[in-house]
Amino acid sequence: MNRITELFQQKQPGDGGLLNVYFTAGFPELNDTTRVLQALQDGGVDLVEIGMPYSDPVADGETIQKSNDRALENGMSVKILFEQLHNMREKVFVPVLLMGYVNPVLQYGVENFCRKCAEVGVDGLILPDMPMDVYLNEYKSIFDRYGILNIFLITPQTSEKRIRQIDEISEGFIYTVSSASVTGSKTGVSADMESYFARLNAMNLKNPRLIGFGIKDNATFTQASQQAAGAIIGSAFIRLLQETSDLEQDVKSFVRSVKNYPETVEI
Amino acid sequence: MEETLEKKTYQVDPSGYYGSFGGAFIPEMLYPNVEELRENYLQIINDPSFQKSYNDLLRDYVGRPTPLYRANRLSDKYNTNIFLKREDLCHTGAHKVNNTIGQILMAQRLGKKRIVAETGAGQHGVATATVCALMNLECVVYMGELDIERQAPNVARMKMLGAEVRPATCGSRTLKDATNEAMRHWINNPVDTHYIIGSVVGPHPYPDMVARFQSIISEEIKWQLKAHTGKENPDYVLACVGGGSNAAGAFYHYLADEDVKLVAVEAAGMGISSGHSAATTALGKPGVLHGSRTILMQTDDGQVVEPFSISAGLDYPGIGPQHAYLFDSGRGIFLSATDEEAVQAAFELTRLEGIIPALESSHALAVLGRLGAAQSETVVVNLSGRGDKDMATYMKYID
Ligand SMILES: Cc1ncc(COP(=O)(O)O)c(C=O)c1O
Repeated sequence: MNRITELFQQKQPGDGGLLNVYFTAGFPELNDTTRVLQALQDGGVDLVEIGMPYSDPVADGETIQKSNDRALENGMSVKILFEQLHNMREKVFVPVLLMGYVNPVLQYGVENFCRKCAEVGVDGLILPDMPMDVYLNEYKSIFDRYGILNIFLITPQTSEKRIRQIDEISEGFIYTVSSASVTGSKTGVSADMESYFARLNAMNLKNPRLIGFGIKDNATFTQASQQAAGAIIGSAFIRLLQETSDLEQDVKSFVRSVKNYPETVEI
Repeated sequence: MEETLEKKTYQVDPSGYYGSFGGAFIPEMLYPNVEELRENYLQIINDPSFQKSYNDLLRDYVGRPTPLYRANRLSDKYNTNIFLKREDLCHTGAHKVNNTIGQILMAQRLGKKRIVAETGAGQHGVATATVCALMNLECVVYMGELDIERQAPNVARMKMLGAEVRPATCGSRTLKDATNEAMRHWINNPVDTHYIIGSVVGPHPYPDMVARFQSIISEEIKWQLKAHTGKENPDYVLACVGGGSNAAGAFYHYLADEDVKLVAVEAAGMGISSGHSAATTALGKPGVLHGSRTILMQTDDGQVVEPFSISAGLDYPGIGPQHAYLFDSGRGIFLSATDEEAVQAAFELTRLEGIIPALESSHALAVLGRLGAAQSETVVVNLSGRGDKDMATYMKYID
């Protein structure tokens, strides 16, 4: 079974939220990708979303843009990312998603890309600028053949009809964008969002949801987790990577503090 | 097949594509905005009261119809019949205002209170700031940090018109990054803001909507040329291509007439293989840029490459999806002109006809000698803008 599907199936009602952390591949240094990945798992993260840097990340705010620029300056590419992830599954057991924009995937070739994902053990993709109809008509059969899940986004502006459509074709989880914004917005969970989340909860969707955008610490994570299966942290974690002088330790501490694990207990 | 018997229109199909190009490759955060526009744009454009407002403004405010002028001395030089479509005489100095007039009326009808736009050379920014002043709408224009330095006079014009000019500080800090910022701004302000895109680029329905607003150019050429020559059609229509809006407008009513040669001229910068070029069809490959499947300059890894041209308005790594289709299908003839050739053509027109063209338009003029047009043939060049904004560059070449 796909690791993402399995994770959500095993989750029990009293378990607390699942934490998905985003980081940019090849950032802060080219060869930090697997170090960050391992440290996240060691800290107790539930899923990881590895960003493939892109020259024109339209859905991202300044923090993630700058990390993309830096990673590209470091020489990061799709090809190098797959090399870095080559032996990933010897140590990494958490579900891993790749997040990125559609053009580099098209240039790599969608079939080649999915084959590589399956080979290294990537479980799902998040491609925000891949239109639903193009995915269904041209690429879904390829994704399915290699067992790769395609994760869709919804926002507070997404109509109920479209949410139902997305739920119908989704597997794994639905990426629930908390507010009308690019990544890295400063908001926590506001009253507007509460009613949006309540509306979603009342819809009885078949897929679980993870809430992203504006989640940064234990307080916002806990709040979001009461409204969904868990939450996604991106920009706040990138900021930590920008500043850290002890990557392994700081990454582990970050995850523990968000999930409120005691520092001393080994996971 | 049935299809081959039908006359090809080269226009957008009902699902938003030109052949395999076009579509709406946008993040979900933009979907409602783009969908609202897609559902409404045709109905609004075809509404007689919209048409009246649009045409009245084009006539009384922009100064249309712009003349179709037979350039006699230029014609003698190239031993053919050359007509210039004088978009340089539009209010604000370029064809860009045809689109911004249309889009500001569209924004009003959609009930929008604020406008966001991107600009490279500043011409589209000025044309947007102008219509925002006219209609009393708030205006934010994103411009690459580098372009803000390069195009100071247009920055000053936008500010005087009351627009807020915001620098795009990420990536290469030019037009493509300004476009990204404008899109992000639209994501962050989804309800009350309309994005006035400046060319026939972006997600469907933008390429089609902008082409319709620019199609007034060829609509006028049709009857003007007939009045001049008695001929129904020219043999050639020439236009420069940045994103491709002036070309789309000049080609629009000739697309289905396969006898009319449609010549699109890209900016070769310092030369196609110099590493400093913006000749998209020569250097690019199919991919996705700014929400549509088109041809763009990119690395093997699919990263967008920063283009180069002496003319900021052509300094764009892609072309609109309709142009990608015209290129791919062979309907369009795609040529390019270098910086040097464009500047030379600008001086030639200035000295022969007393018209100082924009650097962008000069690229179209630069290929006149390469067409091989016969003495009896007719060539229409879309003179997309005037050269006032480029005087600092031209001054370097005087003497
Ligand atoms: C005078 C003029 N011509 C042409 C262009 C290129 O744009 P497009 O290809 O959309 O006509 C510009 C863009 O700024 C311009 O100012």
